[in-house]
Amino acid sequence: MSGQDIWVVLQQRDGALHRQSDELITAGQQLAQQTGGAVHAVVLGTDVGGLAADIAGRCALDTVHVADDPVLTPYTPGAYVGALKGALQSAAPAYVLFAHSYQSMDYFPRLAQQVGGSVVSGVAGFEVEAGAILWLRPVLGGKLQAKVRTKGSGPVFVSIQSAVFSSDELAPGTGTVSSLAVDGAQQDRDLIGIEQAGEEEVDLSKAAVIVAAGRGVGGADKMPVIEELASVLGADIGASRPVIDNGWLPRDRQIGSSGQTVAPKLYLAAGISGAIQHLVGMKGSGCVVAINKDANAPIFSVSDYGIVGDLHEVVPAITAAIREAKG
Amino acid sequence: MKIAVCIKQVPDSEARLRLAGDGRWIDESEVPFVINESDEFALEEAISIAEAKGGEVIVFTIGPARAAEALRKALALGAHRAVHLSDAAFEGGDAMSNGRALAAAIAREECEIVFTGSQSDDVGYGATGSVLAGFLDWPHSWLVMGVEMGEGTCKVTREMEGGLNEVSNLALPAVIEVQAGINHPRYASLKGIMKAKRKPIDTPSPSDLGLDPSAIGHAGAGVEIVSVDFPASGKGAEMLEGSPEEVAALLVDKLQKEARVL
Ligand SMILES: Cc1cc2nc3c(=O)[nH]c(=O)nc-3n(C[C@H](O)[C@H](O)[C@H](O)COP(=O)(O)OP(=O)(O)OC[C@H]3O[C@@H](n4cnc5c(N)ncnc54)[C@H](O)[C@@H]3O)c2cc1C
Ligand SMILES: Nc1ncnc2c1ncn2[C@@H]1O[C@H](COP(=O)(O)O)[C@@H](O)[C@H]1O
Repeated sequence: MSGQDIWVVLQQRDGALHRQSDELITAGQQLAQQTGGAVHAVVLGTDVGGLAADIAGRCALDTVHVADDPVLTPYTPGAYVGALKGALQSAAPAYVLFAHSYQSMDYFPRLAQQVGGSVVSGVAGFEVEAGAILWLRPVLGGKLQAKVRTKGSGPVFVSIQSAVFSSDELAPGTGTVSSLAVDGAQQDRDLIGIEQAGEEEVDLSKAAVIVAAGRGVGGADKMPVIEELASVLGADIGASRPVIDNGWLPRDRQIGSSGQTVAPKLYLAAGISGAIQHLVGMKGSGCVVAINKDANAPIFSVSDYGIVGDLHEVVPAITAAIREAKG
Repeated sequence: MKIAVCIKQVPDSEARLRLAGDGRWIDESEVPFVINESDEFALEEAISIAEAKGGEVIVFTIGPARAAEALRKALALGAHRAVHLSDAAFEGGDAMSNGRALAAAIAREECEIVFTGSQSDDVGYGATGSVLAGFLDWPHSWLVMGVEMGEGTCKVTREMEGGLNEVSNLALPAVIEVQAGINHPRYASLKGIMKAKRKPIDTPSPSDLGLDPSAIGHAGAGVEIVSVDFPASGKGAEMLEGSPEEVAALLVDKLQKEARVL
């Protein structure tokens, strides 16, 4: 019954699947248990038949649709929207799932607009209430979690945060591969090139201890409190994005979805609220300590120890206490 | 050249949040509101292009009466005029219905380029700009970290994952969804604030824009918030209390003896 079906649109680059792909198929399978529909996957690109065959050979799903055409390389939203629009209009699935990645966020809202559906982005799970799906998504910088329902007509287009569904729960099996005609897809960007965003001089991925500064530090001139703590701990300094954007620290100190991924044994976050884009970069840390003047800051929900207070009083006190402990 | 900028007024990120009585949103009564962060960068980009190349900057917002403050601030920063979709029919929209309404308002002007933020700091759909580009049938780019205006085109640097940037040319007219950090937003001058008082704010109704009230605001939205709550505190931090010296001593002790990381 197509009106209950789930389509999972997978991302690939240079023939390699996006790391979240198995999580997404798992999400599709779990959602299909609720809707009673079938799971379909889509792979778009050039020479991606092998990827489609791999998925169809190991996952429990109905069909893997392959849109294989030179117009799909390099990626442009125009070509991707053009390739998917007709297929989704005729299949009319209930849900279309994407990774909450920078590429799908670039085109899927426009695809939803073209197909005539709804957009639910950045979801962190779903609940079923009285037979209806309620999507969970962080709002207000992660300070609150919203439950959202859809009420429009047309498919619901959903992007899912990483690590919400576990690929360990992927139901194995097989499906069929079917090719998807790419008519009328047109590139709408003239690619000049892909560049490295900046010189990565500092590698924080191996750091054992990190002291991370957030916007709450308040200015480049206030950075010494962080530097002194880092120095007594022998720690590396990291930061949230606004600290970098404001020029208080160079870009190679940024931690998060558009910065580095770190996993130190000790992570001290001072004046960082804990937005999802920051958390994805540091949630592999061993022991997390957060210092924040707002008791409701979401960073505390991923911390082992929390201190509510002004970091300009608390951090120097910690520096002094460590200095003393070290004798 | 006419340049459109979409700005949203959102709760200040420093605000203490309390839930509204119906549990569907926050109690907005005592919350200070500001211009959405990435929209400030979008506005700065537009104003500096207009200064360099000549042109008119028009700011657009959908929001209640209070959102006029955000428009006045944008006018004080250098925008030339403003369009405020304040009719009650525009309220309660999502990315789809707001994108439709903004597209209709922008289509009335002959704009060559539209700047939006990448994501609003309240509902954070990250989608309104791309949806409005779809309604206008103009190319767009999300998460833009650099813009260089050319003749009939615009060179855009878009952030990708893994520390990479995509550099491409978009044919104008286009919608550019700016990521925070792209420039250094200016401060309003006293002169700017004085001048802003005389700049016009237009408040078109849905019918002025040829919009059916059932297609905009809450009626035209595909999603609605059922409830909001403070997130479950995960593994949950052990909160240390006392004076700065006391919590510092306690922390060091725990890091040494419990967590064994010192
Ligand atoms: C596509 C995209 C990618 C992004 N990538 C990243 C990324 O890679 N990394 C990243 O970090 N962010 C990223 N962001 C931004 C992210 O959404 C948040 O805006 C950002 O992480 C917030 O940084 P912050 O916590 O320092 O600032 P805020 O959210 O402003 O928080 C400041 C905190 O400091 C506290 N504070 C203020 N003063 C004091 C004081 N004196 N003492 C103690 N506490 C104080 C406040 O209570 C508040 O909790 C991205 C956003 C987008 C849209
Ligand atoms: N109510 C609104 N009024 C004007 N612009 C808006 C509104 N909502 C969203 N936008 C624009 O769309 C961008 C993305 O918002 P969102 O899709 O809510 O994350 C924002 O940064 C604004 O530029």
